[in-house]
Amino acid sequence: MLINRLPDIPASELTEKSVFTARRRFMRLAAGGVVTMATADLHAAERLAASLRSPFSSDEALTPYRDVTGYNNFVEFGAGKADPAQSAQALRTHPWSVTIDGLVHKPRTLALEDILKLAPIEERIYRLRCVEGWSMVVPWLGYPLASLLKQVEPLGSAKFVEFTTAVQADVMPGVQRRLLDFPYKEGLRLDEAMHPLALVGLGLYGEVLPKQDGAPVRIVVPWKYGFKSAKSIVRIRFTDMAPRTTWNAMQPSEYGFYSNVNPTVDHPRWSQARERRLGEFTKRPTLMFNGYGDQVGQLYAGMDLRKNF
Amino acid sequence: MERRIALAKAVIFLACLLPAGYYALGMAQDSLGANPIEALTRGLGDWALRLLLVTLTITPLRRLTGQGWLVRLRRMLGLFAFFYACLHFLSYLWLDQFFDWVAIGQDIVKRPFITVGMATFVLLVPLAITSSNVAIRRLGGRRWQSLHRLIYPLSMLAVLHFTWMVKVDVREPMIYGIILAVLLGMRLWWYVMDARRPLLEQRRRIIPIQTRR
Repeated sequence: MLINRLPDIPASELTEKSVFTARRRFMRLAAGGVVTMATADLHAAERLAASLRSPFSSDEALTPYRDVTGYNNFVEFGAGKADPAQSAQALRTHPWSVTIDGLVHKPRTLALEDILKLAPIEERIYRLRCVEGWSMVVPWLGYPLASLLKQVEPLGSAKFVEFTTAVQADVMPGVQRRLLDFPYKEGLRLDEAMHPLALVGLGLYGEVLPKQDGAPVRIVVPWKYGFKSAKSIVRIRFTDMAPRTTWNAMQPSEYGFYSNVNPTVDHPRWSQARERRLGEFTKRPTLMFNGYGDQVGQLYAGMDLRKNF
Repeated sequence: MERRIALAKAVIFLACLLPAGYYALGMAQDSLGANPIEALTRGLGDWALRLLLVTLTITPLRRLTGQGWLVRLRRMLGLFAFFYACLHFLSYLWLDQFFDWVAIGQDIVKRPFITVGMATFVLLVPLAITSSNVAIRRLGGRRWQSLHRLIYPLSMLAVLHFTWMVKVDVREPMIYGIILAVLLGMRLWWYVMDARRPLLEQRRRIIPIQTRR
């Protein structure tokens, strides 16, 4: 269920980061001088302004900035939730480019500067549901993935898109330890990728993407489990067959290619019926397609979602 | 000697309470990160496992150092392992599942890592119950000892529970697994070596009868 009421003020205006970090610093001092390096605090973040507010935005309470940027799965930077906030700061994001190729008329390599200017940047407040059973509400900045994909004029034979995450082995402890089969790959069916909810993520909370959240450019697919939304992408490839995706290849019984949020299909090791929204004490029921069923349900009409989980 | 043991017990008692204090403070101050309930549940499980392993080091340590009095620290360590296992279990029942017995039942039946965790806990209960001097006397040393050998399989289950819970990085459970393998391996080695010796030379098995009044 989506609520189409536009918030009066975008989140970037509500949460002034300097105030936020000052408060955090005070609280840390008050807590007895626990010296934790909150690297995000030290980075003078580049602001990124949204020119549009999206009717797709949720009006739910935002997950605090410190949780959005401090509780991450980005296995390249370690398996612990707090690892990326520390180690991802070494990721080199300038220069950055994304190659878009495969079954297309006009393969292109786009520099980040061009990607940022490709379409008007919107703020989209989306729910994010992790396959592990927790969720967040994130004020993303970006524009529809379709705007980017149309640049290369896909061929009629293209049925899927594959996203590849950057590998910078020298600064990625998870790559050095081969925690997964890197480079990380994810994929979508072309109609999923072209859906207006699928987003090119370029920022959050009014600033460019923090590195632990997938800087400088990522995918955001709000109706699927979080791991489907590839971070720090360097390549998009159009294919005629379902691409081999990282988690699916590693453990096909646990992570399906579709991985739509679905409370009725359990992960073999835990139930998916409920989720813990970060910051909340009790669990809440998980919604089909993470609550985006009205928008994306028709993409899966006639499909057995227990089989195509 | 008695004073030394009493002092050691007091120090260990306080040390064993430190993790509980850390998590209590962490919950009160909201300093356990973005997902405090997960951090709490997992942290308590970590300490239950660590204390199980510490309990299992007593016998090898005693045999290697010849310091027989060490055995008198063992019960407290074992009971602290049980204490953290109880808190871990309670945290799961209450904070994770909110006493939703249907969901808990399904979890235990359907999720192998929870089945194994549950089995570990169930096996710990009789050991905790029979830890008193009275219970040792009632059961008789030999029977009591056989019962308490349950700690070997249940420790293996505890490591398995941790390993199956982990998504990618099995390094931590593997470290515990290796420590456990060493601790159990030493026992097996000694058992085999002892059995090979002529009967008269065999080291007298020490059956841990507690001090009597």
